[in-house]
Amino acid sequence: MSYTRVDFQTDQEVRWCPGCGDYTILAAVQNFFAGLDIKRENVVFVSGIGCAARFPYYMNTYGMHAIHGRAPAIATGVAVANPALSVWVVGGDGDFLSIGGNHLIHALRRNIDMTLLLFNNQIYGLTKGQYSPTSETGKTTKSSPAGSIDYPFNPISLALGAEATFVARTLDMDRNHTTAMLKAAHAHRGSALIEIYQNCNVFNDKAFIQLTGKSERHANRIDLVHGQPIVFGANKEKAVVWDGGRAAIVDRASVSPSQIIVHDAHAEDASAAFALSRLAHGPYGPTPLGIFRDVYRPVYDDALQDAVTRSTAARGSGDLGKLVTSLGTWTVE
Amino acid sequence: MDSDHNPVTPLPEAPGVTGTNGGVTVDRADRMVIRFAGDSGDGMQLAGNRFTDAAAIFGNDLATLPTFPAEIRAPAGTLPGVSSFQLQIADWDILTPGDRPGVLVAMNPAALKVHLQDLREDGILLINEEAFDERNLHKAGFETNPLDDGTLDGFDVHRVPMETLTKAAVKGSGVSGRAVLRSKNFLALGLLLWMFGRDTKVTADWVRKKFGRIEPVMNANLAALKAGYNYGITTESFARQIEVRPAALPPGTYTNVNGNAALSWGLIAASQLSGLPLFYASYPITPASEILHELVRHRNFGVKTFQAEDEIAAAGAALGAAFAGSLAVTGTSGPGLSLKGETISLAMITEMPMIIVDVQRGGPSTGLPTKPEQSDLFLAVWGRHGESPLPVIAASSPSDAFEVAIEAARIAVKYMTPVILLSDGYIATGSEPWRLPDIASLPHLEVPFATGPNAGDQFLPYLRDLRTMARSWAIPGMPGLEHRIGGLEKEEGTGNVSYDPANHQLMTDIRAWKVANIANDIPEVEVDDPDGADLLVLSWGSTYSAVRAGVGNARRKGAKVAYARVRYLSPLPPNMTTVLSSYEQVLIPEMNNGQLSRMVKAEFARPVISYSKVEGVPFQFGEISAKIMEIAGR
Ligand SMILES: Cc1ncc(C[n+]2csc(CCOP(=O)(O)OP(=O)(O)O)c2C)c(N)n1
Ligand code: SF4
Ligand SMILES: [Mg+2]
Repeated sequence: MSYTRVDFQTDQEVRWCPGCGDYTILAAVQNFFAGLDIKRENVVFVSGIGCAARFPYYMNTYGMHAIHGRAPAIATGVAVANPALSVWVVGGDGDFLSIGGNHLIHALRRNIDMTLLLFNNQIYGLTKGQYSPTSETGKTTKSSPAGSIDYPFNPISLALGAEATFVARTLDMDRNHTTAMLKAAHAHRGSALIEIYQNCNVFNDKAFIQLTGKSERHANRIDLVHGQPIVFGANKEKAVVWDGGRAAIVDRASVSPSQIIVHDAHAEDASAAFALSRLAHGPYGPTPLGIFRDVYRPVYDDALQDAVTRSTAARGSGDLGKLVTSLGTWTVE
Repeated sequence: MDSDHNPVTPLPEAPGVTGTNGGVTVDRADRMVIRFAGDSGDGMQLAGNRFTDAAAIFGNDLATLPTFPAEIRAPAGTLPGVSSFQLQIADWDILTPGDRPGVLVAMNPAALKVHLQDLREDGILLINEEAFDERNLHKAGFETNPLDDGTLDGFDVHRVPMETLTKAAVKGSGVSGRAVLRSKNFLALGLLLWMFGRDTKVTADWVRKKFGRIEPVMNANLAALKAGYNYGITTESFARQIEVRPAALPPGTYTNVNGNAALSWGLIAASQLSGLPLFYASYPITPASEILHELVRHRNFGVKTFQAEDEIAAAGAALGAAFAGSLAVTGTSGPGLSLKGETISLAMITEMPMIIVDVQRGGPSTGLPTKPEQSDLFLAVWGRHGESPLPVIAASSPSDAFEVAIEAARIAVKYMTPVILLSDGYIATGSEPWRLPDIASLPHLEVPFATGPNAGDQFLPYLRDLRTMARSWAIPGMPGLEHRIGGLEKEEGTGNVSYDPANHQLMTDIRAWKVANIANDIPEVEVDDPDGADLLVLSWGSTYSAVRAGVGNARRKGAKVAYARVRYLSPLPPNMTTVLSSYEQVLIPEMNNGQLSRMVKAEFARPVISYSKVEGVPFQFGEISAKIMEIAGR
């Protein structure tokens, strides 16, 4: 059976602000699912709270709009209880990185089989515009009228530090790139985190203009492609090379081709991916997009299922009568 | 004479018969309270548990009360480092681990200092005399040596050179150095087994099974056990044995089980009876961790356990597993229940079945983490944001936890609601003989699975079964039943997000009604009132044993007193109104500051005498009967 995009739409009115980046992501995801060889009933979307977290209501799959920050934990339960399901988690930067930061890092390190879509708009949208854990220092918001004094997370570095096996970054405005990332994440067994730069046109408009603006984007998009040398710029005039222990941007002409880093998303060691994530601490200049890391590590849900299967094979299916007598019994006549 | 005999079974024949056994006097007792006390490193829990097993298999009725220090390694020899294990064995149906021990094993001065005050005036003391050196005496705060200064006058004191005996016994076992003295708990145990006329076979078999893989340790323990036993036989100062005969318990097959194990088995049973795979998520916390430890051992029952990063995640994972079709359970103690609150409210509004186990301990905050209390009742019944009623049910003894776990699952699944199951540290770690149920006759648990569209070709997740008001449970993987649930208010029927004022009122009312209606699906409160009393004593949770025994004791002293146990705390059973209005006075003993008392006062407008105790130790039956006598004016 094959689906069309309509099969993944629900009868619920989509309630985001007109112009919100969430619309384009929703369309990209629905289109992506229509092209998949997957049964709709085997898909579960779980979200926390926030504008982004309304997402499951608009996907005609199984879904739960849960509580703020806890979606990765709830989705863990879904995935572990039934490893055959395709589990997706949606949350904002507040949801995943602030209140739910703990659950996010633990889901990643356990390598639960789920895809996490982090809608990073660098602001608290639903609560009407406070700074978030990804807002830049100095940002003026309702809760930081004189500029925020918080230092932000770099979500990619955080995920890599949390032992994530798949980490990617994409942009709401680039449907093809988003789709490519969704595809790769879906193909990855284990936790896959995609940071999606998402424009909140009401409370943080143009936050990603350096990467989306017609005149800016060519100079700033560093597209990571596995197996390819990392070069970028309107005329590919920039390159990324090793400079001591870190990755650095140089004029391509100033280095020999062999000095340019060839991106290896499948490298066992995460150090190179981490170094690349440090090229930008936010979308303010040249910023890498694409898959930073995509490696295999045993998946928690599979390991637990295996343990159950093995135990059952070794000891036979549990027998309640034997269980309650297992500590020894005596009989009163 | 005071006795914690179960008032529903006949009294035993008069105890206290004395006979002889090859020159040794044998005192026959109908019951005996034994307490093992020593440093946390002395292995007293192990000794106590082994003695319990031997007594259980011998056929005594029994009840146990282990007491642990809060610190894992409190400084050796100090008062906070003392660990103890009390049990009562009897030749008839007893309910409690007893109030005051008749035999006290003291492995060091600190143990003696802490426990001597409880020993009966005619009590027997087994003392590890070599531990009474100047350093240990000082650490325990003794100015002079109590073994010599008259402190112990009147007791039947046995000073045993346990260390010398142990060293001699384990020679050749392969254990050396400091490890040698680790076996001294087995020496004490062997001696005690002799005193009670038990052989060492049950214990020796256990040692072989447990330590078989580390041969030197196995040999050392076996040698110490035997040496202790032989010391009893050969030492003249031990001229007295105590005989406690097997109890005339109702016929059946028995096992000795603690509350955490029984609860775990009950969850496994509920999984089998419902056909739902069991998923248990937890973050370690005393005294609930053993449920996780127990369940992980039974994966061949299809059990999945998940050690989460915190209690919020554990509750969340359980809810996710419930959504995916598991019998989902999360277990914790009070601090963890606080953390789970928001998720429980989500389970409540999404109407997902889930069990939250709270093994209560002394609070607030870290409080008395290893001691029992019943102070989370309000938290369980009321402690959530929004209008969030849910069923609350409490286990009243270790073995009762099995049945209560099945009952919690029945209610959760049938009514599509989270259920809180209350246990406590006393139930969790205490053990008692459990007459095994007939597994084949346990009830099948019906699951309200959605099997197809319920409104034309559509599936509406909030259409209800009008008998239970439960919605149906549609599980991912079922084609055509794709639906979304969530924390936003639902439109009745469709489950779509709704901000409609009248709908919110309606849904709030339906959720409350659904839970209140469970009162019609639970057993009535049974009152035991043989004499037409004016005073009713109510117990809930683990006060059961002391209250039941206290009532029996008061009756034997001539008081007219009725007794009832409340197992369902929310909703309360339907006949509570009638029961409460039939008595002039109602006494509720609780290990909290009167929480059930307040609930009863508020709900039934009845005066209640609250008897509260928050000392981290269970009520003694003597305290309960004294209170009853006081109220009865006797
Ligand atoms: C426990 C709890 N605390 C606070 C809130 C309020 N709240 C809802 S969404 C949100 C932040 C949303 O920001 P983000 O996660 O970035 O999502 P966005 O709206 O930007 O998509 C907050 C603070 C809540 N719903 N629950
Ligand atoms: S507030 Fe911002 S993120 Fe939220 S819906 Fe509106 S535009 Fe989108
Ligand atoms: Mg945001």
